[in-house]
Amino acid sequence: MASSPNVPAFTLTRPQDAPLDPPPLYERLREEQPVTRVSLWEGRLTPWLVTRWEDARAVLGSPAFSTDPTHPGAPNFKEDEQPAPRGFFQNFDDPIHAAMRRTLTREFMIKRIDTLRPAIARLTDELLTDLTKLSGPADFVEHFALPLPSLVICELLGVPYEEHPFFQEQSKTLVDLNATGEEAARAFANLGEYLLRLVQTKRATPGDDVVTRLAAQVDEGVITDQDAADLSAFLLFAGHETTANMIALSTITLLNHPDQIPHILGGPDQVASAVEELLRYLSIVHGGLRRTAIDDVTIGGVTIHAGEGVIIPVHVANRDPEFFTNPDDLDLERANVRQHLAFGYGIHQCLGQPLARAELQIALPEVFRRLPDLKIAVPMEEIAFKQATAVYGVRELPVTW
Amino acid sequence: MHVEVDVPKCVASGQCVLLAPDVFDQREEDGMVVLLDDNPPAELHDAVRESATVCPAAAIRLEES
Repeated sequence: MASSPNVPAFTLTRPQDAPLDPPPLYERLREEQPVTRVSLWEGRLTPWLVTRWEDARAVLGSPAFSTDPTHPGAPNFKEDEQPAPRGFFQNFDDPIHAAMRRTLTREFMIKRIDTLRPAIARLTDELLTDLTKLSGPADFVEHFALPLPSLVICELLGVPYEEHPFFQEQSKTLVDLNATGEEAARAFANLGEYLLRLVQTKRATPGDDVVTRLAAQVDEGVITDQDAADLSAFLLFAGHETTANMIALSTITLLNHPDQIPHILGGPDQVASAVEELLRYLSIVHGGLRRTAIDDVTIGGVTIHAGEGVIIPVHVANRDPEFFTNPDDLDLERANVRQHLAFGYGIHQCLGQPLARAELQIALPEVFRRLPDLKIAVPMEEIAFKQATAVYGVRELPVTW
Repeated sequence: MHVEVDVPKCVASGQCVLLAPDVFDQREEDGMVVLLDDNPPAELHDAVRESATVCPAAAIRLEES
């Protein structure tokens, strides 16, 4: 990749001997040049990389930055990135973002997600029961980490789980950085078409689910049929490639820190803190959040001009020693952990975070309660980490128990 | 301590409800913040401060007396 010595190429590749730590280059930049340029697209774009926690939070909370990837200077993963429909509201600024997000905010209220906890616990129990019936080693991703969030988001949305090979495939394409812009756009469209049919089905045969309630908002004139389909597609996608990776990586992390497993088996407050620390430590959205300045703004003493792109690698900011003491240590009792940026910060912060928390808080303790002899069946260096995806994770995780 | 919330800024992340459920709630129709107690007792002050700090939309304002 063409890049001058002063402008390093943006990379996702983790150190082989420390696959859960950020690339060492970024750790060094955070110390020496916390706001600096990196090169994308073989040097054809040189956006800013903001690596300190304080600066990252300032960018994400500032109205001087846009999240719209169609700005000419937008630091998109792909040079040929195609515009997404407005139902993928993370790619839109207010007022479109707010209008779309508000069609779903009630679905992710704490009280409403709490009503899903018994179902999450039941699904966790069923999957672990089925897993233990297999003769090991078995793939923990295929048999637990992926199906759990997939089943949960299907139940929430009212999507038949039998179709999971189709939408898991589309979700995989959407986070695959080697996929072309056209392939990603095709995956968006495939999901949107599938869900458009489901919106129409739910209108005829309503259920107690999100797609039915979005269809009702169409009838009230709040959104269009296509919006309802795209919003559902967005949730289906977002519900897959995030929690599944967190469950698998958290399990690896806890197995590598056996002294800390008692925390994940503790009371609700202990479990909640432990999950926040795992979110901080792993920060799986390692492709970085992307913004474009719409006004001149000073971040960390550097002037970023209107039109310039900024990449915020939250996995690097969440390991900033100026904010988190001994940031590379896993400390499941960390005091200021709730200020992590794993779900982002600002108006675009993850809408599904209450659901992700509930799933992790239920699934992780149950894994270690039910499988006290759980072990990874291959050496760490043989685990296939997903390097070229916007969301970090493992392709498979052979385990015994 | 006096608490104010700016409802139009709220993005319904729900973090305040998790941290200080006796002070913050969410509106049934859209998940926006509802202030239950604008003058919370001293034992809740830490949780309310943390809620204001982590609120992604900076929609919680505190006046400490």
